[in-house]
Amino acid sequence: MIGLHHEEEQHPELLHHFAEPQQQRDAASLGMWAFLATEVMFFGGLFCAYLIYRRWYFGDFGAASKSIDATLGAINTAVLICSSVTVVVAVWAAQTARKTLLVAMLAVTMLFGLTFLGIKAVEYTQKFEEHHVPGPSFSFDHVPIPRHPGEYANPRHAEIFFALYFVMTGLHALHMVVGLGIFSWLFYMAWKRRFTPEWYTPIEIGGLYWHFVDIVWIYLFPLLYLIDRHP
Amino acid sequence: MSTTAISQPVERETYLNKEYGIWSWLLTTDHKRIALLYLISITFFFFIGGFFALLIRLELLTPAGDLVQADTYNKLFTMHGMVMIFFFLIPSIPATLGNFLVPMMVGAKDLAFPRINLLSWYLYIIGGVMMVHCMLTGGVDTGWTFYAPFSTNYTNTKIVEAGLAIFVAGFSSILTGLNFVVTIHRMRAPGMTWSRLPLFIWAHYATSIIQLLGTPVVAVTIVLVAAERALHLGIFDARLGGDPLLFQHLFWFYSHPAVYIMILPSMGVVTEIIACFARKRIFGYSFVAFSSIAIAVFGFLVWAHHMFVAGMSVYAALVFSMLSYAVAVPSAIKVFNWTATLYKGSIRYDAPMLYAFGFLGLFTIGGLTGLFLACLGINVHVTDTYFVVAHFHYIMVGGAVMGYLGGMHFWWPKISGKLYPEGWAQLAALIVFIGFNLTFFPQFVLGYMGMPRRYYDYSHMPEFQVLNVLSTAGATVLGVGYLLPMVYFLWSMRYGKPASDNPWNAAGLEWKTASPPPTFNFEEEPVVTWEAYNYEELDAPRDEEVPIVG
Repeated sequence: MIGLHHEEEQHPELLHHFAEPQQQRDAASLGMWAFLATEVMFFGGLFCAYLIYRRWYFGDFGAASKSIDATLGAINTAVLICSSVTVVVAVWAAQTARKTLLVAMLAVTMLFGLTFLGIKAVEYTQKFEEHHVPGPSFSFDHVPIPRHPGEYANPRHAEIFFALYFVMTGLHALHMVVGLGIFSWLFYMAWKRRFTPEWYTPIEIGGLYWHFVDIVWIYLFPLLYLIDRHP
Repeated sequence: MSTTAISQPVERETYLNKEYGIWSWLLTTDHKRIALLYLISITFFFFIGGFFALLIRLELLTPAGDLVQADTYNKLFTMHGMVMIFFFLIPSIPATLGNFLVPMMVGAKDLAFPRINLLSWYLYIIGGVMMVHCMLTGGVDTGWTFYAPFSTNYTNTKIVEAGLAIFVAGFSSILTGLNFVVTIHRMRAPGMTWSRLPLFIWAHYATSIIQLLGTPVVAVTIVLVAAERALHLGIFDARLGGDPLLFQHLFWFYSHPAVYIMILPSMGVVTEIIACFARKRIFGYSFVAFSSIAIAVFGFLVWAHHMFVAGMSVYAALVFSMLSYAVAVPSAIKVFNWTATLYKGSIRYDAPMLYAFGFLGLFTIGGLTGLFLACLGINVHVTDTYFVVAHFHYIMVGGAVMGYLGGMHFWWPKISGKLYPEGWAQLAALIVFIGFNLTFFPQFVLGYMGMPRRYYDYSHMPEFQVLNVLSTAGATVLGVGYLLPMVYFLWSMRYGKPASDNPWNAAGLEWKTASPPPTFNFEEEPVVTWEAYNYEELDAPRDEEVPIVG
């Protein structure tokens, strides 16, 4: 660390250009929030596209949405919510110097993340086998539009739904993979006992990122899976 | 150089001589060194983009399409636009002058995230290498706007690669903006309140907000275009039920605010220069500060004025037309405040001020013709003509580049520790101003007479030739005006007179440290007890420093 030759004793993780740990923590936290604002806009473009086509092709979107396995989606939602809880516990463990608990919670979070991706892979396989992946072999013929007897979904319009489904959940899954990368590093650092109640900023802002990715899913789940489910 | 060092005093340690060797530059986290890395890279792309512009102007010298073929011409103006916008104008002032000055102006040792700052430069370079590779292996012919469905279904040029290059460079821009926002919020020196910040900082704050919130939208649009091309999705394809207009909405949602990414930092530079060379506190500080924020906010609400003839609803067009008029208000506030600052100032005509004057005039013309274009009726008449080309070049070249050059001259003594040759610089400023007007003013006339943009052959309208010859001649003059500063800046690094810490006797923290500054900017953390632009105080008669005139 370059700043160490200054007179007073400094925390080993305090970078040279910050005056005090509090300033460094605030900067890191604000940086992550600003980055998440960027992410909101990134997904925002897709949500905008979704809203427009959902309005245009209301029935077709309903029919296409119904073909997705909502049970798997619901399980995945539960998995992600649980993972958010374990992240919260991990942050608390870091604050209160419970180092074993911290390591365990980070590991459980990653397990939840992997479970989510595994279930997602099952869903993608199903869609692939049903020829619901947009492209030359796409087919969505004679699928009735819910609550409109005798009407069938237009395959071209359903294809747009699936295009959005794959782009949105695909980008979300990519964010999950990045999150797992971040958490592997956090896990390694925690394993090495590097975090203290004075310095656990990476856990905190890594957690912010993880929560954000969860929240995106909380919006994706109803929009993609639940728009036309009726008892 | 080898044997005369005996009697020389020990050289002061600066950010330039602290370490030597290529890796001390390529792995640096010093914001000042990264600014210089950016300076070299964007200059490279500026001359590539300029080379394309030169070929375009040469082709238009004669009415017949005789220099290049139609396809080549399409690629020339596309690559000119993509290179100039994404690889020169957007990073220009923020990544060079902003990178260098933002930490110093707020009194910090560095940006909040120095390593992310370096990462941003590497992303820019990766994007740039991809763009150069794309150019060398065929380029793109869609225009820089790569409208769907032409880009997604029809053209067989390198859309995906160019898109990815822009995507990567976009993240470089996002990271710069993020660094600035956090630095301005969290790294200000004691006493540096928001109302004491230089207006350069306010301008960069507004710019950063646009970079943070706009860029990701074009990023996701590029993802959709790439996915549509690769996987034949139908999101923008009308034959498959998609909506090509959605592409235009998403694209302009970023690309209109991007215009403000280019012009706002330039406004910040000009504010600093005018206050310094009129020796006055800027007139209406808070109006200038908040007009930057207002431009950033309103700038997000006017994007559809690029689409008046695209088949949008008339009611939407009316709303966007009115909002576009509204965004002129904060710009006008700035122009009036600059003018009021000049009033009864003790004005000096050094090179930076000449550029600032050039900016004032050219930006005003560019802005006023923007009002013509915001008007629905005139817009339909001049859409896709040279009138539009002239308008945005008055903003982006007459505005943004003039400000950039003015800022480079103003802060060159601080950056390099050397004075540039003032006489040559004034000559260059004059040449740039004359060359610019000669190039682009005829294009207003051409456009109003009906010459469409993006045509390489106007042999059915030979009467357009005179104005086109004038424009090409102007471009040549302009080229000389741009080459000159590069030559004498490089010359001055070796032969220029050493600059004092504050050669302009300017206000601002960056002038209170040495030229060139030490690695951590200040010998000790500054404490700010004065308002910004306290020129009355600085000029109060007392034991003054000797003003240095280059």
